Amino acid sequence: MSIDPDAPQAPPGPLPVITPPRVLAAVCLLVPIVAELWVSSYARLTPRFDGIPFFYWYQLLWVPLSAVFTVSAYLLITREERQRKALRGGGPR
Amino acid sequence: MSHGVNVTALTVFLLFFVAVTVIGFLASRWRRAGDAQHLDEWGLGGRSFGTWVTWFLLGGDLYTAYTFIAVPAAVYATGAAGFFAVPYTIIAFPLVFAFLPRLWSVARVHGYVTPADFIRGRYGSKALSLAVALTGILATMPYIALQLVGIQAVLDTLGVGGGANANWFVKDLPLFLAFAVLAAYTYSSGLRAPALIAFVKDTLVYIVIIAAVLYIPHRLGGFGHIFDTAATKFNTKGANGKPIGSMIIAPKAQWTYATLGLGSAMALFLYPHSVTGVLASKSRNTVRRNMAILPAYSLMLGLLALLGFMAITDNVSKGAKGFNSQLAVPQLFTDMFPSWFTGVAFAAIGIGALVPAAIMSIAAANLFTRNVYKEFIKPNATPADETRVAKIASLLVKVGALVFVLGMDKQVAINLQLLGGLWILQTFVSVVGGLFTRWFHHWALLAGWAAGMVYGTWKAYGLASPATKHFGGNSAPIPGIGQIGYIGLTAFVLNLVVAVVLTLVLRAAKVTDGVDETSPGDYSAEPSDPEPTGAPQPVAAH
Repeated sequence: MSIDPDAPQAPPGPLPVITPPRVLAAVCLLVPIVAELWVSSYARLTPRFDGIPFFYWYQLLWVPLSAVFTVSAYLLITREERQRKALRGGGPR
Repeated sequence: MSHGVNVTALTVFLLFFVAVTVIGFLASRWRRAGDAQHLDEWGLGGRSFGTWVTWFLLGGDLYTAYTFIAVPAAVYATGAAGFFAVPYTIIAFPLVFAFLPRLWSVARVHGYVTPADFIRGRYGSKALSLAVALTGILATMPYIALQLVGIQAVLDTLGVGGGANANWFVKDLPLFLAFAVLAAYTYSSGLRAPALIAFVKDTLVYIVIIAAVLYIPHRLGGFGHIFDTAATKFNTKGANGKPIGSMIIAPKAQWTYATLGLGSAMALFLYPHSVTGVLASKSRNTVRRNMAILPAYSLMLGLLALLGFMAITDNVSKGAKGFNSQLAVPQLFTDMFPSWFTGVAFAAIGIGALVPAAIMSIAAANLFTRNVYKEFIKPNATPADETRVAKIASLLVKVGALVFVLGMDKQVAINLQLLGGLWILQTFVSVVGGLFTRWFHHWALLAGWAAGMVYGTWKAYGLASPATKHFGGNSAPIPGIGQIGYIGLTAFVLNLVVAVVLTLVLRAAKVTDGVDETSPGDYSAEPSDPEPTGAPQPVAAH
């Protein structure tokens, strides 16, 4: 698969720039960001978990959750990139 | 307490330190390939690191010893506000997922070593590239100095700092030795040394934090008791009649909490040392995978932050002369763990300072070499010249940091590091904007950068705190919104507005723009894509 030096301005393939997998991936990346920035949704003490106030365990819970969302975005994007490559006619490398 | 030397802990600490030193020197033989004289080898480890090496390297790079000291210290001192490091690191990885692969690709195609190299190629502007390079160096220097503060905290607690009445030479000798050794193996092995040592560092950090979170609450009577004690402390009124901290974020502080998290997350991967770690990886997908697995470190950071509350319950400040909150975690470990494990824990913090300090000095050296030396002093420098200059620059950067810590008040380094985050955030529009669009005019970007730098520094200068008269904080009222927010983010918005408005003006006035040497395909290039320019890679055209 090569980048055609004579047509650098051409779009990368027949797929449009915005496709459903890309939108979905963007949503996956946005969810943890919004959840964390929405401070008033978690600025409270109860319910406690093993003695830990809600404020703390909720944010800690978002660490693995954010990883799950990022992995989803990764899978969506890599599959889509393979598709774009195939459509550009490069074949498997 | 610093009454005497804790021999067992010190011995364990020294054993790890010696082991790491040996690894550091042997690292130059690890994965050696290609042209050893090329800056890509010394400064980017041959651009060859796979997913796991990159994970250890970036984890070792971003989660520094100072983080391990400062985050729990902030929680210890203020409660919930100190916990902002957790949302910060949660936000960071999804955020940069969107743009780092593009930076990796364009850097691979054109042989860029630093973010300022990219700016030079994208906008054809020497001035903007210099601004980005100097901002990077300026932001990195105090950060290296703070790694020394991290080591100092550990050495003090171990009892080898000599205490307050020792003369300065005895007091600082261990720090000199640690840094001399670090400087020597960074000089000889380049980025391979911290990459290999990061394995040791991160393994130790994981072991220590997991042990601490399982064992210490058990000894202190459970999390319920720990948080109750902390709540009692923070409800106590301070000298000004206000509570000294809080267990959750009050409504009027929520903007501060959120903007600090967002602004810090945006700044994280603009730091030269983060970019160095990213560019050293071998593929786009290596970078992406790491954004998905790096949160493992954030979990450690979150658990570590809880140690601040445990330090309150343990009452670490009791009877210790010259106690400050930076000593909260080292003191907690000394009180709670058996001596030998305290040694392991301190080794984790000490080595945790060496890895980022090495990468930061390499990153600052790369910036100086590529964007100051080659650009302005010796344009026809060969790759071997670059490597030679970068090695020397890495030494000078470390000496500078050492002088900084020994010669000035520690508070100055802390203030400057806070400012460093604010400064580096002002390169966001140029770097991240440039990865997606060539719409911005380079003079407009330069003006926006200058506006953000001046506004942010001026605002921060006006903030006083009990510890310092200026630069005593990082948040101030946001004009037009009326909430208190992170100054860096406000400065960033100003920066963006100036850049947009001036771009419109300059475009309307048809002011000539620089030459863009990149093409759209460069931003999605894979490692095995052929070089579109046909030049022998990496391109060293400027």
